[in-house]
Amino acid sequence: MDAPGLYNYWIVIVLMMTGFYVVISRGNLVKKIVGLNIFQTSVFILYITMGKVSGGTAPILAEGFETYSNPLPHVLILTAIVVGVATTALGCALVVRIKEAYGTVEEDEIQRQDDAT
Amino acid sequence: MIATHLPALQIVVPLVSAPICLLLRRSGLAWALASIVSWAALACAALLLQQVLSSGPISYHLGGWAPPWGIEYRIDAVNGFVLLIVAAIGAVVMPYARVSVAHELPEEQHATFYTALLLCLTGLLGVTITGDAFNLFVFLEISSLSSYVLIALGRDRRALTAAFQYLVMGTIGATFIVIGVGLLYMVTGTLNMLDLAERLPPMSENRTVLAAFAFLTVGAGLKLALFPLHFWLPNAYAYAPSAVTAFLAATATKVSIYILLRFFFTVFGAANTLELGTLENLLIPLGVAAILVCSTVAIFQTDVKRMLAYSSVAQVGYIVLGIGFASTTGLTAAIVHLFNHAMTKGGLFLALGCVVLRLGSARLESLEGLGRRMPLTMFAFVLGGLSLIGVPLTAGFISKWMLVQAALEQDNRFLAAAVAAVILIGSLLAIVYIWRVVEVAYFRPAPEGDGEGEIAEAPLSMLIPTWFLIGASIYFGIDTSLTLGVAKRAAELLLGGGA
Amino acid sequence: MQRHIVLRVTTKLLMPFILLFALYVQFHGDFGPGGGFQAGVIFGAGFILYALVYGIESAQRVAPAGALRVLISAGLLLYIGTGFATLALGGNFLDYGMLAHEPARGQHLGIFLVELGVGVTVAATMVTVFFNFASRGQD
Repeated sequence: MDAPGLYNYWIVIVLMMTGFYVVISRGNLVKKIVGLNIFQTSVFILYITMGKVSGGTAPILAEGFETYSNPLPHVLILTAIVVGVATTALGCALVVRIKEAYGTVEEDEIQRQDDAT
Repeated sequence: MIATHLPALQIVVPLVSAPICLLLRRSGLAWALASIVSWAALACAALLLQQVLSSGPISYHLGGWAPPWGIEYRIDAVNGFVLLIVAAIGAVVMPYARVSVAHELPEEQHATFYTALLLCLTGLLGVTITGDAFNLFVFLEISSLSSYVLIALGRDRRALTAAFQYLVMGTIGATFIVIGVGLLYMVTGTLNMLDLAERLPPMSENRTVLAAFAFLTVGAGLKLALFPLHFWLPNAYAYAPSAVTAFLAATATKVSIYILLRFFFTVFGAANTLELGTLENLLIPLGVAAILVCSTVAIFQTDVKRMLAYSSVAQVGYIVLGIGFASTTGLTAAIVHLFNHAMTKGGLFLALGCVVLRLGSARLESLEGLGRRMPLTMFAFVLGGLSLIGVPLTAGFISKWMLVQAALEQDNRFLAAAVAAVILIGSLLAIVYIWRVVEVAYFRPAPEGDGEGEIAEAPLSMLIPTWFLIGASIYFGIDTSLTLGVAKRAAELLLGGGA
Repeated sequence: MQRHIVLRVTTKLLMPFILLFALYVQFHGDFGPGGGFQAGVIFGAGFILYALVYGIESAQRVAPAGALRVLISAGLLLYIGTGFATLALGGNFLDYGMLAHEPARGQHLGIFLVELGVGVTVAATMVTVFFNFASRGQD
């Protein structure tokens, strides 16, 4: 239970909180998407870190190795990365349409234009 | 041969028709394919529920790999019931959508609309049917991403910002769910729900398990619009196309409530969940707050779609209240209200879609005198409103009655009385906002002007689905054997024992 | 990009290697890091690089929007078609062991086909997304 050995998990927490903070505090829609990506990346690191077996090599069958890291988290993360990419693409498409409809990507500007109508 | 593979076909048939729908550029062909597929999915769900009720849970091994190594589709009374709800709403909204979508969306977007709607249906059905925790996340994201697309297709430019807000909050919710699943995998080494249920009880005090529980609760809470995480819902429902609002209002939140039920009672186990005190200390106050605050906010809305959206958050509060009681009666009330609310809200939003078709908007002041000009539509709205209030002989009454019974069964007399009072106050508040619409539609004269001659009744293809759902909410208020029977079985299954 | 000779020549030289590497990644998922999604993205990135340097019109002459739409659907249909084939051969859905006379060869064949489907869909989707974004604001 030594703190340096848990370095990866500390990084997970830092990234998760950073991403979450950016999503909540920034009013620019593109920055929100960036924050969401950082948030999702922390989850990827969480999964892959827990898949590592001490002394294990990469999970591909090869001669001379007996211990392999767990391949299942890698597969789960591939799926999660694809979901993240799709979400980012959709978010960016929405931002492009919002920019065309409102002329701005700042949340308070959009709010002001909506309240005016 | 088909009978053994029904669980796989339930997901695969809507999934394979989505790319075919994308290839069929013509709007009429895409609609026809989507309707046929949604009816096939309904037939499949009905057969599956019938099989579960007669011979117990069904387990289907995807890829031939036995669980817990492979992904398993497992259907028991709980998700068989939710499957039926989702498939039924899909089958009713698809025929309705032809005229509604033709009116609200430009022609070249129709094929994309039906593709996205089929993908959403696939995702929701997949969340319900799967017995693997990560597979649940994947299907949840499929349904969420397609619903962001569907909402963004609305005419008003505020549909875009509503879809974006829903995207941000929904992705955070889904990511919390995946964090929770990851933490559970870390301590147990398995993703299969039943296997998790076996391995978790010995380590229920483990901090990782508690953290996973917290993440899953908040993630599912974001998706089901649990107060105070509901801020995406009013905008998303108000600005989406009418068919989309009806479909999502009746299915998306219900499936997320199913996720909550599945994780609380099957994966973590009824005993552990009850010990944690989450249910009484968290769900009951939040449910009460949802009912009181959102019903009150609904009264002051000027757009009827927004009013019904806030009413949806309040009704989800009722369901969450039922879950919070954690007794057989409470869970039965919650599950039966899942069904009744899906029928009622679906029907109400379909009726509003008819109004939007003829009037172009759902603002309260433009509904003046509509009771005389669109009598069938507004009468459907009135009946749906009565079910929302909980008048006897409607489905809403059954759920409210069971909820009050569950409240009065509580040991703490003060809590019992307070919650029963809240449920009744919620009904009173519902009377106020339904009366606002009824008063404008029936007791104000129609505005003079050139609009008079054009406002006719909605076309039959939209009226029949509306009346089907409203009729269902009246029928299941009178003959409750099916809904209460299945709900009770599901509740007993969740709380341990019984199938 | 008319004046950037270095970019244009380098892109022309690199394109075949990028596409070849994408095909390598696609089919070596069993033996190293790789698979459908990664290969699809690299393949799409090749097209996007070409479109960035030579302009969208030249890229769209090679990959017109209609063909991309067909490819997106075709990849997904290939995946599900493999599943239906396994159903028809008597196994559960996506039980690849049914596809050949030996289960191990069947697994290889099944994974090959579904990853191919995934790769095609992902490549076509990436290129479609880029074309849709890049061509806005130009009319």
